This record gives sequence, structure tokens and C-alpha cells, in this order.
Amino acid sequence: MTALTVLATGPLSTVQDAGRPGQAAWGIGRSGACDRAAHRLANRLVGNDEDAATVEVTFGGLAVRADADVLVTTTGARCAGSSCHDAPVTLPAGAELRLGPPATGLRTYLAVRGGIAVPPVLGSRSTDLLAGLGPAVLSPGVVLPVGDPTRPEPGVDLAPVPDPAGGTVTVRVLPGPRRDWFPDAAWAALTATAWVVSSDSNRVGVRLEGAPLERSSTRELPSEGMVRGALQVPPSGQPVLFLADHPVTGGYPVIGYVTDGDVDRCAQLRPGQLLRLRG
Amino acid sequence: MPGGGIRVLPSGSTALLVELADLEEVLGLYAALVEEPLPGVVDVVPAARTVLLTVDPAATTLEAVQAAVRRTTPRTGRRGTGELLEVPVHYDGADLADVGELLGCDPDEVVRRHTAEEWTVAFCGFSPGFGYLTGAGAWDVPRRATPRTRVPAGSVALAGEFSGVYPRASPGGWQLLGHTGLAVFDLSRDPAALLRPGTRVRFVDVGSGR
Repeated sequence: MTALTVLATGPLSTVQDAGRPGQAAWGIGRSGACDRAAHRLANRLVGNDEDAATVEVTFGGLAVRADADVLVTTTGARCAGSSCHDAPVTLPAGAELRLGPPATGLRTYLAVRGGIAVPPVLGSRSTDLLAGLGPAVLSPGVVLPVGDPTRPEPGVDLAPVPDPAGGTVTVRVLPGPRRDWFPDAAWAALTATAWVVSSDSNRVGVRLEGAPLERSSTRELPSEGMVRGALQVPPSGQPVLFLADHPVTGGYPVIGYVTDGDVDRCAQLRPGQLLRLRG
Repeated sequence: MPGGGIRVLPSGSTALLVELADLEEVLGLYAALVEEPLPGVVDVVPAARTVLLTVDPAATTLEAVQAAVRRTTPRTGRRGTGELLEVPVHYDGADLADVGELLGCDPDEVVRRHTAEEWTVAFCGFSPGFGYLTGAGAWDVPRRATPRTRVPAGSVALAGEFSGVYPRASPGGWQLLGHTGLAVFDLSRDPAALLRPGTRVRFVDVGSGR
């Protein structure tokens, strides 16, 4: 079987697909690629089903060697050294692909024609870091099997998509289920603040730093279900924007939700970048 | 009274949160949504007072799902009709005596009450396969003042109105009554989770030896 050998991983590289929808009632979260649009694009460019598994690379640093000619592409954060970004290119047998740090954005998706074919766990090849499910975090020496192609090659040379934005990113926010647990001043602050992305951010969520949001109700919230995009406000008043590996249920009030399509752009935010939430 | 007492709260562009009066109503609505799934609904997540519905925007709209959930008739009297699971327990937990003091009885009586109760999995969360079990008895036990950094897999525990079984080792603040050798979450089994919403549970005392 064709395979890619991992030579280096950078800060964090994991296998991701479309995750595990439909199992949340059993405490199993969806997980999957943080930037779903970039993940789908990567698969389309090499002629895979959109939910085939790719490698999600966090802040570059991944290096792989192909043991046979393989069609590959990278999408999302554009890394130095990727000659196949937003464009499918054949990586010849024995050749290496080495990703440097990205100029903007955080997460890069490496797709290979045929998909990464590690054994699925509960129907998905995604690594869920919060739940501890799925393939292990990648490490040097790991051999990633490549599956058989399921569709014809797409015959696309290049996808004209913009790179993730540097600087301030603005996304749309809708009132959440517990908007009424906060005074109007808190909603005004939420949508007026230039939130700083914390270095504590990860696949569970983007932690935002700014003036703490006040609550008007100090009741205890019985845990309730949530999905990605939720802006949960813990007692610190500093919101957490949930990404792919968020807990299935949470016990802090959700003041608002970033619209689903905009969550992909939030998955590309790096520590120190500014986020504006437009109401 | 379909839809009469429910509140539907917004949860972003792909989900709705239905708020209900109590856990019985949650169980009833969840049972209805499992027996007659709504088209385009990807996930239905029961919790203590709410049911979250996640939709596939390519298949339906939030408006259509909201209208459909308001037309849904919650099942009544659902407690006591799910599959029955027997969980063998060694009642040798570190907090058995403390729980007895909290409930005003001796440890043997705690075991008697815990095994006499018919529990029902109300909802899951915290970690894959962790079920929140409720019973009819007066269980109201606070969490430990200081959570343990490691609770072993298989620990049978109490907190608030709930009982639970830790699917794997994790930090935890629940009061430990004992342990079971039954793997309540096992990836080599289908389904992996034994404690799914609606499942009835009987704990069976199998002695205190490890």
C-alpha cells in the first residue's frame, strides 16, 4: 500500500476528517477538521470525497516522504516551502514535502489523493484531543497509509481562494441561548471589543482576552448541549469560542454564537491576533 | 400538549436549544425524537433541562426544525421502558462512609439503597460514554470539596441527584461508592457506550473484594 512517512510534525499535526456527527447523545463530540472549508477544498483538489482524512498541521513544521508517486495539495494557512498550495502537485516516490511556518493563518491541511487511510475509530479518522479518541497525535516515524482513489482526478490546476487574514479578523455573531443572562452592556462590549486571541487557544477553543463580560444572573446553569461557534463565558468573563474538539455539553452560559461558516476563519486565528464580533 | 411548555432558544446558525421544565420532559422529548427522527437533524443532545438539535443546513432549515419540534408529542411515562443493564459493583469506594453520613445512614444502608434503585440514564456528557443516571430516591449528595486528580476507570459514584460510572480514568469530584469490572465504554464493541440515554440500570452488589 502507498504510504507517507512522517519525518517531522511541527508543534501539532493530527489526522482529521469530517468527524463523528450523530453520536453526541452518547457523549461523543463531532471533532474533525477545525477549518472545514479548507479541509474540503484540499480533498476536492486531489479528487477525494470531501470527508476523506487529511493531515491538519498547526503552525507548519510537517515533513513527509512519499514511498510512491502521490498527488498532494495543501490548503488553509500557506506554509513556506509548499509548492502545492491550493494546487495539486505530484510528489514523486522518495521525495519529501517540508512545510515551513505559514505567513498568515494557523492551520494547514495536507491532502493526498486516496486519503489518509488509518483505521477509523467510531466511524471517523479524526483525533479528538479533548475526548482522547481517534489516531494518536502524529510523531516522527509514523507511517500513514494512503487509500485508493474513489473518484476521477479533477483536472483543476489551482483554486483561487484567499489566504487566511493576518491582522484584525471580523466575524458575524448571533445572540446565543443565554444572551439574557447578561446585561445589554455586556452584549455591547462583546460586539465592540477587539478581542485578543490567547496563546492558550487549541482545537477545543479560541480563548479571547479583553475586559471581562459581566453577567446579570449568577445562577448555576445546568449543563446543556452546544456546538462549535459557541461563545461560552466562564466566571472569568473572558469568552471561549468553541472549535472542533469542544465538550458536548457545558455548564457556563453561551452569550452568542459565531455563524458556522465564520468559525472556519476563526480556526485560522493565531495567538495575539485581534478578533471583532459583529452583532 | 404538544409544544405547549417548550421554549426554543437560538444556538447559532446550525442548532436549536429546546428548554423544558424538568428531566422527565427531556426524557420524553428525546424519546420522541429518537423514535421519529426529524429530517435533516444530525445530532440530538439531551441534558438536564434541555435538548439540543443540530441540523445539516444542506438538508433543512432551523425554521423547519423548530416547527417540527413544536409539533412533536413528547413520550410520557418513558422511565422504566428502556433496555435493562445490570452493573456488578464491588462496594469498596473511598467515600462510602462519607456518603452514609451525608444521607444519615450507615454504609450498608447506602449500598442497599443504591442497589434497590432502578436508575435511568438521563443524558451523557463529561467524557465519551459517561452517563448521568437518575433514580426515584432522595439522592442529593454534594461533590467532593476537593476533586481527585485521578479517579480510576470503572468507579461507581454519586454527585448531586446523579449516579455514574467513570468510563476511564480521569480527574473527578464525585463521591466514590465502589467499582465495577464492566467496561461501560469499549471501542471494540458496537455500540461502544453501554450507558445511553433511556437505558435502565440496576447495580448489583458482588462483594467488596478486588
